[in-house]
Amino acid sequence: MIEIRWHGRGGQGAKTASQFIAEAALGAGKYIQAFPEYGPERAGAPIRCFTRIADKPITVHSPVTNPYAVVVIDPTLLDSIDVIEGLIEDGVLLVNSAKAPKVIREKLKLKKGKVATVDATKISLETLGIPMPNTPMLGALLRVKDVVSMDILISQVKNKFLKKIGAEKTDANIDGIKRAYQETEIG
Amino acid sequence: MAKITPLTGDQAVAEAMRQIDPDVVAAYPITPQTEIVMTFSQFVADGKVKTEFIPVESEHSAMSACVGSAAAGARTMTATSANGLALMWEIVYIAASMRLPIVMPVVNRALSGPINIHCDHSDSMGARDSGWIQMYAENGQEAYEDTILAIRIAERKDILLPVMVCQDGFITSHSVEGVELLEDKLVKDFIREYKPCMPTLLDTDKPVTYGPLDLQDFYFEHKRQQSEAMKNAMATIPKVMDEFNRTFGKSCNIIEEYKMDGAEVGIIVMSSTAGTAKVVVDELREQGLKVGLIRPRLFRPFPAQKIIDAISGLKAVAVLDRAESFSNCGGPLFNDIRAVMYNSEKKPLMLNYIFGLGGRDIFPKDIADVYKKLFKIVSANRAEESINYIGVRE
Amino acid sequence: MNKKGWKEIPIGGLIDEAGSAKKYNTGSWRTFKPVVDESKCINCLQCWIYCPDSSVVVKGQKMVGFDYDHCKGCGICASICPVKCIKMEK
Repeated sequence: MIEIRWHGRGGQGAKTASQFIAEAALGAGKYIQAFPEYGPERAGAPIRCFTRIADKPITVHSPVTNPYAVVVIDPTLLDSIDVIEGLIEDGVLLVNSAKAPKVIREKLKLKKGKVATVDATKISLETLGIPMPNTPMLGALLRVKDVVSMDILISQVKNKFLKKIGAEKTDANIDGIKRAYQETEIG
Repeated sequence: MAKITPLTGDQAVAEAMRQIDPDVVAAYPITPQTEIVMTFSQFVADGKVKTEFIPVESEHSAMSACVGSAAAGARTMTATSANGLALMWEIVYIAASMRLPIVMPVVNRALSGPINIHCDHSDSMGARDSGWIQMYAENGQEAYEDTILAIRIAERKDILLPVMVCQDGFITSHSVEGVELLEDKLVKDFIREYKPCMPTLLDTDKPVTYGPLDLQDFYFEHKRQQSEAMKNAMATIPKVMDEFNRTFGKSCNIIEEYKMDGAEVGIIVMSSTAGTAKVVVDELREQGLKVGLIRPRLFRPFPAQKIIDAISGLKAVAVLDRAESFSNCGGPLFNDIRAVMYNSEKKPLMLNYIFGLGGRDIFPKDIADVYKKLFKIVSANRAEESINYIGVRE
Repeated sequence: MNKKGWKEIPIGGLIDEAGSAKKYNTGSWRTFKPVVDESKCINCLQCWIYCPDSSVVVKGQKMVGFDYDHCKGCGICASICPVKCIKMEK
C-alpha cells in the first residue's frame, strides 16, 4: 500500500489532487482512499489530505502517520509545518519549489529518503495562466513514484476536465503535468 | 454490471437514495450529512428522481413532514446528524410509535457541547431507546447497502419501524473510496414497489386517524406492539440480508466476526474503527497471537444471541465505545454486551474503552495496545479497571 | 368491560374507522339536561354553534331538540341562548 500525505493551503487544490490521483488509480483497478483532515476550513489555512492506493481492499480508517510520499503544494509551509513528520526511511518529499532538492534537504535537515522539487507554480502560470500548482504536482508525483501510468493520469484529466473546462484548458493542464514530470529534480 | 465508482460515504448514500427514488424527502442540511442532501437535491433538480423534495426550515419540521408523508402512504426518507437529530427528538419517537417506515441516514457526529462537528456516536446512541432500528456501517460501501436494505426492513408488515443508517462523520462520509453501485433496475426490483401495509391518511374511502391521544388504557399495549416488532425485526433482518446477499453476491450479516476462529481475546467495535482494527488483527495473527474482532452492524434490535455465541468462548473481550453514557458504568455498547452476557454460563473478562470522542483519531497502535492489555488481564485472570479511555490526555 | 389486548388492536395507535367517537355515549355523564321551550325559540342556532358535543339537533334549519346520548349537560346552550328558552332540568 502506498500512503501519501498532501500539504497545502485552503483553496490550492490539495484535496482535489489527493482525490484525483486516487480516482486515477481506481480506474487502473487499484483500491483507493482519499480524505482530507477537516478543520475550520478557510482559504489560506494550512490543510492536510491523505491518499492510500493498494492492491488489496483498504480497511484502515485512521489518518496516514507514516507516509511513503509527502507532497507540499505550498513551499511557505516548510517554515511553519513539520512536513517530514513520520516520513518512512525510503520515502519521498516532493516540494513545489524553484530551489534544488539539496537546498530543501539542508533546510529541513533531512537525512533519509529522496527529495524532489519542481516549480509547479511557474509551470501552472505558463501553461494555464493561473497559479494552480496542484495538477502539475501530479505529474511530478508520477516522476518520483509510478502510482499510476502517465497514460491513465492523462485520460483521467480528460474524463474530468473536458466537459467542465473545454479542450483548450484541458490540454493546458496536460501540458503542465508533462512539463512537471520532465522538470522534476530529484536529489 | 455493477460498477466501481469513486464516492464519499455521503455520495454513496445519495446514490442509494437516487436508486430508491422515494416519494418524499424532507430534509435540512447539517455537517457532515450536508453532502447527502446536497447531492440528492441535485438529482431532484436534474430530474433523475421523481421525489417530492421538501426543503424544510429545521430538522423538527423535517421529521414532522416525514411523519405526515409516511402516514399518507408515501415512501419517505430524510437524513441528519448530531444537533439536527437532537432537534428532531420528539418527532423521532413519534415516527417509531406511529409505526412509520421512514429511512434516515445518520452521519454520526458529536452532539454538542462544546460544539464539535466531528465523529462520535453520541448523537445516535442517545436515540437508541427511541424505537428506531439502527444499523452502523463500516464504510461508504456498507452505508450504501444498508440504505437499500433499510427500505425493505422498515416496510415489512411484521416490522413497520423506522430505520437509522449510521456511518462515521467525515471518516467515511467525506472519504473517497471505490463504491460498487448495484444496477438501478436490480435495486428497484429488490426494494419493490411501495405498497403501504397500514391504511393511509389520504384514503378518503377508508378514513383513519393517526396519532390520537393514547392514555393509560391503551398506550402500554401500543408499546408492547413496538417491542414485538423489534423481536420480529431480529428474526427477519437476517432473512432480508440473505436475500440481498443471494441477489447481489454480498455477505452482509447483522454481526461480522473477523478472524474469530480459535481466538482467545477479541475486540468489539462498530463502524469505521472496526476496519482499522482489522489491520491490527491481521498483524497480530501473523505474529501468532490468537486475536479476533466482532463488529455489530445492527445495534437496534441488539443481536444478543449472536454476541453470546461469538464471545462466550473467549478469555477476554474489550468493548470499544465511541460514546460516553455518563453512568459510571461504561459506554452504551459495553452496557448491552455486559447485560446479555449475564445469561451466558461462560463469561469472558471484559473491559470497556471509550474512544474517539469529538473526532479524536484512533490509530492501529491504540488498538494493538488494547489487545496487549487483554492478554495481560488473561494472565492475571482479573480485569482491573473496567472502564478505560483511549487517546485522552491526562 | 374487557378491553382488547395488544395483539387485537391496530398498531401505532391507529383508529381504523371514521367517526368512532360517536360510539362513546357521553350522555351518561349528565346531571342536568337541557330542555328547550320551542314557543320561545327564535332558531338563531347559537346553541348549535356553541355546543361542544354536537348534541343540538337541527333539521330543516330549525333547532328541534337535543341528542341526549351525547349531551353531557354542560349548560353552554342555556347560557348562550339570547332569549333564554333553554332550561337545565334534573
